Amino acid sequence: MRYTVAITALLGVAALGGGAFAQTEINVLRVSTNDEQKAYYEEIAEAFEAQHKDVNVTFEYIANEAYKSKLPTLLQSNARPDIFYSWGGETLVDQAEAGFLQPISSLLPDGFAETIPEAGLKAYSVDGSLYGLPLYATEVVFWTNTELTDEAGIDLDAIKTWDDFLGAVKTLKDADITPIIVGGQDKWPLHFYWSYLALREGGKDIIAQAMAGEDGGFENAAFVAAGEDFKQLVDLEPFQPGFMGTTYETSSGMFADGAGAFYLMGDWDYLPMRERSTSGKGLPDEQLAIVNFPAISSPVAEGGDAATLGGINGWAVTHSAEPAAVEFLAFMLSAENQRKGARQQLFIPIVKGTDDALDNPFYARVSKDISNSSYHQIFLDQFLGASVGATVNDISADLAQGVISPEEAAAMVQEAWSFR
Amino acid sequence: MATAAASRQLSASERLRRSIGNGRVSAVLILLPPALILFTLFVILPLGESGYYSFFNWNGYGSPTDFVGLENYQRIAGHSIFHKAIGNTVKIVAISLLIQMPLAMVMALLIYRKTPTNALFRLVFFLPYILAEVAAGLIWSFVFDGNYGVTASIARSMGVESFFILADRDWAFVAVMTVIVWKYFGFHMMIYIAALQSVPEDLIEAGRIEGAKRLQIVRYVQLPHIKPAIIVSAFFAIIGALQVFDVIIPLTNGGPSNQTHTIVTYLYTYGLTRLNIGFGSAVGVILFIAAITVAVFYQRVFMKGDKP
Repeated sequence: MRYTVAITALLGVAALGGGAFAQTEINVLRVSTNDEQKAYYEEIAEAFEAQHKDVNVTFEYIANEAYKSKLPTLLQSNARPDIFYSWGGETLVDQAEAGFLQPISSLLPDGFAETIPEAGLKAYSVDGSLYGLPLYATEVVFWTNTELTDEAGIDLDAIKTWDDFLGAVKTLKDADITPIIVGGQDKWPLHFYWSYLALREGGKDIIAQAMAGEDGGFENAAFVAAGEDFKQLVDLEPFQPGFMGTTYETSSGMFADGAGAFYLMGDWDYLPMRERSTSGKGLPDEQLAIVNFPAISSPVAEGGDAATLGGINGWAVTHSAEPAAVEFLAFMLSAENQRKGARQQLFIPIVKGTDDALDNPFYARVSKDISNSSYHQIFLDQFLGASVGATVNDISADLAQGVISPEEAAAMVQEAWSFR
Repeated sequence: MATAAASRQLSASERLRRSIGNGRVSAVLILLPPALILFTLFVILPLGESGYYSFFNWNGYGSPTDFVGLENYQRIAGHSIFHKAIGNTVKIVAISLLIQMPLAMVMALLIYRKTPTNALFRLVFFLPYILAEVAAGLIWSFVFDGNYGVTASIARSMGVESFFILADRDWAFVAVMTVIVWKYFGFHMMIYIAALQSVPEDLIEAGRIEGAKRLQIVRYVQLPHIKPAIIVSAFFAIIGALQVFDVIIPLTNGGPSNQTHTIVTYLYTYGLTRLNIGFGSAVGVILFIAAITVAVFYQRVFMKGDKP
């Protein structure tokens, strides 16, 4: 009994002592990532805590799919994070409209917003209010194994149009080389084709138009044409055998093992694909090239050739977060920290002028692509929200197996969009 | 007469008083609430809630406001993938009843006697059932892998082109069903073994003396004796088929292009991962009604004379 009293007293004192510092807790929730990036955040958190003695920053990680399904519940509970990882798009709009996010423009340090490119701010704004900030941008490109394309005698610089690309695929087929590696089981690697083709066929604003319900919405001729273009490719049987049973991770390792010539994937796979290869080293830089997604010679509507597809991933701030959380967010995205991330090859920084820290030629190339892009379209499976996005993935996989027509594909997306 | 009625009337309040006295009511008061509260909190309430949500078009954020009536149910009824999922579930029921259970029975008849070798076989056949579903799914996805898996080596050694059964729209579900049979036949086998061991030895002995052959003994002595066990095992097979989920997710994740969904993976894919909570709730309600119907019907028809 006496012990219990003593312990309770001790605990009480300890609690009082702890309370005297009046700690502000900032909880950051991120989709799980590699150890290098975790260390990078840890370092930033410590640096911030050193400047602000009364603040404690904690990073937490949840695996990708679990993160997406847990987040809605988490946001409604009291255990919601202050800052969480986001892909922008409709999901962010839903979260903002449900009142889970807070506008942060007024809380940011003076002049901070000007360091972020317009497209980045737009990706994290809903109805003109800024609810978060972008961390990095990614672009989807054709990673190319030059040893294989050289063997087949393909001039990569000559691939300008979709027909050129189809020609290259045929040449590879004739040379008995698997033209394209794709992780079909996960479906989203296939949705890159349909999305890019839709952008090329319909112009850079086609998605916004479809979302607004103009010109037949997602049943617009451009989306049907995109399906037809994709079908042309599929008819050549360009993918590795059994591609519908291949996951993204497996496909990434296969490409790095030299199993195929082209691989349509984001720049982020540069390091992971090496780690997933059998040797652990993957293809050497000399054997790797980037080819941009080709243009369409006579598109349904002009203006889509310079558009890029990719992500603008970043952070959103919840409504219960303290102002210190926004301060930390700005600190995390300072030019200095962005340069550091770029130097460590973690990502392509988004803050203006920080891409000079990119030593890696592939990252530098992608960074240049994004800044030259007429419109950077966020992945459709994120941009259109979970439900419509998954439908886009579904129809892409169905088209790749030739089991639905381009018209049916477009109609299915429109149907999903109207019942959102 | 009058006294009898009076005593009966008396006995009502008397009974109550006595049962309080002998602790029955207090036992009920103490023992019932925990179970009742848990059951209400975690079964009845969520059930009612999903019934409520199923009338809304709701993405899980905030509270449901977009009332759509029966539209979710209409969409499910007209969804080709849902039809596919129902078809697949029926296929699993059929395969469980027609292949898995007979297989389990044959195995059980072969190894039900208590000998050391039989114990070893029992262990081997029961092992898949103990294995976690996700682990089993992953293991088989490696077996079926046409690039690096067992399938690949077999194809290579036979000099034929490797095949990718999990990537094939027509054959993927056959692979899934193979895994399900492999995974659960051991469970049914164990039920039969336990039942077979309780068949009196002298009955079998008597049959043998009467000149019955091995198969005749099985047909006329053993099977009739273990009928209750067969009925229970069929019940588990049907209810289990309605719930198949965790084998499929690592194996095919419902693919290729949604050809291998069961009702539960359909619910998960279209309700949870796509954040159509209202839609998913409606699927849940349908699944619940299906399970309840099967259970009640089965109890009525097959387990009627079951009472000892």
